[in-house]
Amino acid sequence: MSETWIILGASSSMARNFVRKLAEEGNSLVLTGRDKDDLARLSADCLARGAASCANFPIDARDANSFTPIIKHAGLTEGMLSCAVFIGSMPDQSEIDADPSLIDGVIADSFTGPARFLQLLAPLMEERGGGTVVGVGSVAGDRGRLGNYVYGAAKAGFATYLSGLRNRMGREGVHVMTVKPGPVDTAMTWGLGKQPFMTTPEGVADDILKGMRKKRNIVYTAGIWRLVMFVIRNIPEPIFKKMSI
Amino acid sequence: MRWNEITYSGWGRALQATGEVARPERVHGLTAAAPVPAFGNRRSYGDACTNDGGRAIDMTRLDRVLSFDAETGLVEAEAGMPIGELARLFAPLGWMPTVMPGTGFATIGGCIAMDVHGKNHHIDGSFGAHVTAIKMIVAGKPKTVTPKNKTLFRATVGGLGQTGMILSATLQMKRCEGTGMEVTEQRAENWDEHIALLASSTAPYTVGWLDATAKGRKLGRGIIEEAVSTAVEPQSSPKGASKSVPFNFPRFTLSKAMVSGFNKAYYLRIRDGGQTRIKPLEEFFFPLDKIHNWNRLYGKNGFHQFQCVLPDASLDALKAMVEKIAKSGLASPLAVLKRLGPDASGMMSFPMQGYTLAVDFRESPKARRLIAELNADTLKAGGRIYFAKDSLATAEQAKAMYPDWATWAAEANKADPEHALETDMTRRLGLRSV
Repeated sequence: MSETWIILGASSSMARNFVRKLAEEGNSLVLTGRDKDDLARLSADCLARGAASCANFPIDARDANSFTPIIKHAGLTEGMLSCAVFIGSMPDQSEIDADPSLIDGVIADSFTGPARFLQLLAPLMEERGGGTVVGVGSVAGDRGRLGNYVYGAAKAGFATYLSGLRNRMGREGVHVMTVKPGPVDTAMTWGLGKQPFMTTPEGVADDILKGMRKKRNIVYTAGIWRLVMFVIRNIPEPIFKKMSI
Repeated sequence: MRWNEITYSGWGRALQATGEVARPERVHGLTAAAPVPAFGNRRSYGDACTNDGGRAIDMTRLDRVLSFDAETGLVEAEAGMPIGELARLFAPLGWMPTVMPGTGFATIGGCIAMDVHGKNHHIDGSFGAHVTAIKMIVAGKPKTVTPKNKTLFRATVGGLGQTGMILSATLQMKRCEGTGMEVTEQRAENWDEHIALLASSTAPYTVGWLDATAKGRKLGRGIIEEAVSTAVEPQSSPKGASKSVPFNFPRFTLSKAMVSGFNKAYYLRIRDGGQTRIKPLEEFFFPLDKIHNWNRLYGKNGFHQFQCVLPDASLDALKAMVEKIAKSGLASPLAVLKRLGPDASGMMSFPMQGYTLAVDFRESPKARRLIAELNADTLKAGGRIYFAKDSLATAEQAKAMYPDWATWAAEANKADPEHALETDMTRRLGLRSV
């Protein structure tokens, strides 16, 4: 019996690599995103790679109405349901400083939007007694830092939400996995120069699949970030507040 | 699109360029952008894929299959799709790209721009012969070019990216039995035997490895590989076996003694009567792809690859060139000898009926001098050099070797009147200055 995967934010390059691997394993896919043409291309790619089926839906994390048709579609599928969340947005902290109203959008894209969606999907998954939720957060959520603390706050909120969801859904056989990537070589980081311990979208996809197989709860990618963030989280606040890392 | 100033190069790394590069992940926006040269995985050795001081677009993130028909074997893929990836995806379904160059990392866009050839050129012709449509941006407008658009198609295939930015292409793939290749290897003890074996081979895929360090009676010795697609499952899976060269190797790695020792061992590995094995498709077509960044073996100054094709009538001249290379002691282990058929799909396509020779040389003033001589020898013998490899030819040589270049230049200049798509190579060789 094939599994159905719902992907939020499927056209990001991180999602694209993950989705392709799901396609090659013969899963059914529900791809959602904002760029319709790009979704159509991705969906053709997935079908050519062996996806059992592929449906596309537009989604806007800031508009819960866009969730309804996707949830409805999910309800009509058979077999296990799984979901991976790749959406989020990261404007420059300086842009947010200039226009604090941007905060609402960042929180909606990276936290409240996905959380509302998962809240709607959760009963369906519990009913079927299995499946996986992959929530992509960020190492930025592990500690508020000068450079991107609004984005970090949104990702921290999402990580806490996922932790609670894991606590709830684990009882019904649904595995919830939090993924925390460090810098990834994507369009978002292109032009920022060399980043420490940078990984590739393929690397993230591989780490997610490996984490799923091992039923891990929290996955850092690249793996070194688990250690790096352990250190950063444990710097005492009186010292940390003077640092700019 | 976000621009990022980087220093980059072709595969040979001897010629570097610095300029702003964008790497879009979606097609959206590309159509509206001002035209600049596009490159893929930069597996051209020289400066065909660089634009020093100007902008360029890296197409590698546009790498999706847009359609595939399991009945006909027609596949449409974005320009940044590596050709080896198509083989990996579709060989298990009985289809593989009809023409594949020596590296699976070459992208569809690059394969078209160079009209690449494979180990089956003598039978199936070059890459362009199996392209049924190219979607590209010509002079700011999206356009689909098919073989029916005779002039533009023939100017685009092998056209060094000068007629427009290639977005996607439809290819006619070829039936295969599965993911395995039945490969027969046999020794050729000298030049005459080597040529005779290549000439008489009836296999669909044939290639000769040449020991470019062997002299005298052993001159031209090597190994002939002949292969045919097979339904037998190959034993060793290439997956997970890939290695990477982590840093630039020191100079002595490819010193004369090391190379000739390696070549001797490689040659003697084949039993006297030859041997037949089932190899995974990737291992036969892309033998070096398993070692990522193998170009680092040549050290930080990089290397050049010389590749020429000489007509059948000039075999003696080719032998003299091999003699010259062996005497110089500058060759690396990677030398390839192959028979080419008459077919070429573009005005600037490399293949012609005859024999092609490819040899690597580590960058050095001596190597440059030798390659300059070999370029001159090639022209004199009525042959030509391959733009995918070249970094040292002169404008006069290139134009004399490619008799259709003026017709091509006129077509490229019509498609790109602002000369916005020129690369370091087209400027160096003056290919678009009619």
